[in-house]
Amino acid sequence: MPIRVNRALVLAFALALVLGVLAAPSRSLAQEAEFAELVATLATGDFAEKTAAIAALTATGDPRVQPMLEAMADRRLYLREEDGLVAIGEDDAEGLRLIDVLTGEEAGIVGSRDVDRIRANNRMRGIIRSALGTMTLMNPDAAVRLEAAETVFRSQDEGALDALEQALAAEADDAVRAAMEKARAAILLGSEDAVLRLEAVEALSSFTDPDIRSMLAALLVQDQDGTFAETDEAVRAAATEALDAIEQRLALWRTAGHIYQGISLGSVLLLAAIGLAITFGVMGVINMAHGEMVMLGAYTTFVVQQLFRDYMPGLFDFSLFVAIPAAFLVAGAAGVAIERGIIRFLYGRPLETLLATWGLSLILQQLVRTVFGPTNREVGAPSWMQGAIETTAGITLTYNRLYIILFCLIVFAGLIMVLRRTPLGLQMRAVTQNRQMAKAMGIRTGRVDALTFGLGSGIAGMAGVALSQIDNVSPNLGQSYIIDSFLVVVFGGVGNLWGTLAGAFSLGIANKLLEPYAGAVLGKILVLVAIILFIQKRPRGLFALKGRAVEA
Amino acid sequence: MDLFDRITRLGAAAALAGSVALGSAAATAQEGDPIRVGILHSLSGTMAISETTLKDVMLMLIEEQNEAGGLLGRPLEAVVVDPASDWPLFAEKARELIEQEEVDVVFGCWTSVSRKSVLPVFEELNGLLFYPVQYEGEESSRNVFYTGAAPNQQAIPAVEYLMSDEGGGAERWVLLGTDYVYPRTTNRILRAFLNANGVSDDDIMETYTPFGHSDWQTIVAEVQEFASQGLPTAVVSTINGDANVPFYKELANQGISAEDIPVVAFSVGEEELAGLDTEPLVGHLAAWNYFMSVDTPENEAFIAGWHDFIGDDARVTNDPMEAHYIGFNMWVQAVEQAGSTEVDAVRQAMYGQTVPNLTGGVAVMNTNHHLSKPVLIGEILEDGQFDVVWETDDVVVGDAWSDFIPESSVLTADWTYPWVCGNCETPRFQ
Repeated sequence: MPIRVNRALVLAFALALVLGVLAAPSRSLAQEAEFAELVATLATGDFAEKTAAIAALTATGDPRVQPMLEAMADRRLYLREEDGLVAIGEDDAEGLRLIDVLTGEEAGIVGSRDVDRIRANNRMRGIIRSALGTMTLMNPDAAVRLEAAETVFRSQDEGALDALEQALAAEADDAVRAAMEKARAAILLGSEDAVLRLEAVEALSSFTDPDIRSMLAALLVQDQDGTFAETDEAVRAAATEALDAIEQRLALWRTAGHIYQGISLGSVLLLAAIGLAITFGVMGVINMAHGEMVMLGAYTTFVVQQLFRDYMPGLFDFSLFVAIPAAFLVAGAAGVAIERGIIRFLYGRPLETLLATWGLSLILQQLVRTVFGPTNREVGAPSWMQGAIETTAGITLTYNRLYIILFCLIVFAGLIMVLRRTPLGLQMRAVTQNRQMAKAMGIRTGRVDALTFGLGSGIAGMAGVALSQIDNVSPNLGQSYIIDSFLVVVFGGVGNLWGTLAGAFSLGIANKLLEPYAGAVLGKILVLVAIILFIQKRPRGLFALKGRAVEA
Repeated sequence: MDLFDRITRLGAAAALAGSVALGSAAATAQEGDPIRVGILHSLSGTMAISETTLKDVMLMLIEEQNEAGGLLGRPLEAVVVDPASDWPLFAEKARELIEQEEVDVVFGCWTSVSRKSVLPVFEELNGLLFYPVQYEGEESSRNVFYTGAAPNQQAIPAVEYLMSDEGGGAERWVLLGTDYVYPRTTNRILRAFLNANGVSDDDIMETYTPFGHSDWQTIVAEVQEFASQGLPTAVVSTINGDANVPFYKELANQGISAEDIPVVAFSVGEEELAGLDTEPLVGHLAAWNYFMSVDTPENEAFIAGWHDFIGDDARVTNDPMEAHYIGFNMWVQAVEQAGSTEVDAVRQAMYGQTVPNLTGGVAVMNTNHHLSKPVLIGEILEDGQFDVVWETDDVVVGDAWSDFIPESSVLTADWTYPWVCGNCETPRFQ
């Protein structure tokens, strides 16, 4: 008996094999023709036809589809004009090397005028990406899987459910698992079964994500006759509850986000103002060319990066570490020259100083415009400053801003150290507190004046390095910061570095808390009005200096 | 002020030497008094970033015309002044050009406020101004030819594209702009257009920022929040010049790509992208009447001529440059047709003048002083160029008064008989 069964099995298996072999070529031939037609539609069809072709191509599960669609999304898919060949193009020294998408073989090298690039706009790329999303759920790279899960989540595509569940069963990475579960719940939200929907709502309620809020809110929408989009009452109740919880958490996160943005704005203000706190706050020179020192720092960064690009492209990520001291030296030297050349003749004549330094700022701007040209210069961001930390609640902390906050605090601490712990700092404080007495004690006040001004300008130059990362490097860079800088110094209290620190951060946070409610324009006006009122009440700012220096 | 004085004197001397050289070279080539062409673009101050290039392109066009034998047998001579991005100075310099320099035509201005400031001068002295920049419309002066795009040649087609299936089918809209006349007027037109297309005010977010706004964290976060309502969202940006860079950087850093929320800009072109880290901008859109990347023989010749003239193959061309190219050639044709440079004669000859666009097709000057031009939409590429993803089938007639603002839709601009008016409800001569 057992032998017979085996024999029957073997027979059946053999039959199936023969049938399979016989069927395979004919099926694949028909399929192949269909495939080629889909590819041709992809190249020449209109938008709707192309979209349909993408869906049909993904459904074939053919291994050639993924590289082809990826090439299309990257604008590397071409149509050869003479024979309608669809091919992936690779840049070559002699032109464009074509690789036939159907055969995978090389199809010669052509010039750019012999082929048409197959247009893929944003929308088309989005469709391709969500089509590929299901295909890349099992990708060995966790980052790709995460992206795929996010794509599926956003598309809420029911067709992806099976692939998603398979991928979920095999997934080891926690973050990717969470994203996949979120995507699965989002799909199940559209399921026929109320129990599954309830389960989905409960699964989604633990995430804090604005997208989920809108998905849940969509369930509670009433149409004209008062029926809800979600028919089951239990699911509705769960959705309402989940929505409230998410709203609360989101509101909390939003406020946290605004405060972070305020601190970030404050750090930029502080960086721009800190040099002025020395030249204006400590020395009492109204330096309208302060913004131009910032600009010089930014242009120094540009020059340093240019040298790195030409001579050491591999070390580009370190260019900022060279640019910081270089900017300090360039702007500092410019500061010393300005003090010795112009300002020292004008001590005690604030109006003339104001006019002279304003004229100087125009000259410096036009000088830079003549040397570097009027257009923006490109300052690149090193790789470690790009990107952001994403929190779950849709608040993103960008790295460049984080580093600038850090940099600003380091510069501030460094400056405090210089003023408190070095002989130069001691002399500076002595000269500003009582010039005559300092002179009598043998301090060369002229030299100290020049160095103090140079220090303030040098710090402005370092601020320029940081600002080049978030703003345009153009001759007008300095102008946009000069008013804010004066505002910070006056508000914080002239002559007091800690006042500048407090002033910068409180202005930054106030600005950012007001902005969502009042708008950027009105928000800024409100802050200005508040400062005017405040200065009326306390003319010496937040932290007024006390003692003899004030009366002098 | 000694130093400053010396620098200005040096600059004046150099300019004098330059114009003498230009004049003498031209004089040997042709007979007769030169025809003087005024160029009123800022060469210093904030707007120098955009306007310097336009001065250069005018010098190139004039040089080419002189090489081709001048105009009416007379050489052309450029008179360059620098209004220094200072709006009242624009009016002074315009008066100086017309009254003292006695120029026959002026090519110039960039910002709307500079145009508004010179407008009374040109009307009072009956001068002729060619204005090459896209603007908010709602104007038609007898003395100005507008060779840039009106809102219906840039903003409206861009929004229509984003509304279409192909453009992403956007249903929620963020109108983002710098707080001055161009964005405010454009957004007013766009809001009326969107309302007419069934978009409710709840689905439109309109936000303005001060000039040179560099801290976009809050606004970008708000846009993201606004976009997370489950409907496709698009941003229409009328952000001015320099503020664009930090805006796009913030978008990219917060992980918003053009596929999630496309941003279409009306003030970002090749020249603005040159010297930028374009990585954060890739895939975002711009709407113009010209892109450097358009592959036509005319454009290729224009770019080659520009590179030759400026001596730098890395320099780009952009939409306002094409506007000057079209405007200048139309003026040349009109002068030849009129047989004179006299303003009234040239104006009459301008109507119906045609010049081939650099992007294909033919531009026509209409009697409302605006051009018929094609509209193109491009996505930004890594190299700072644009990939054209959509274009109009035919040229679009520039509309001086928007059909979407109730009080403007009844107005007509037509400078030929029987209208002879820039903003009338009925013809002046019936």
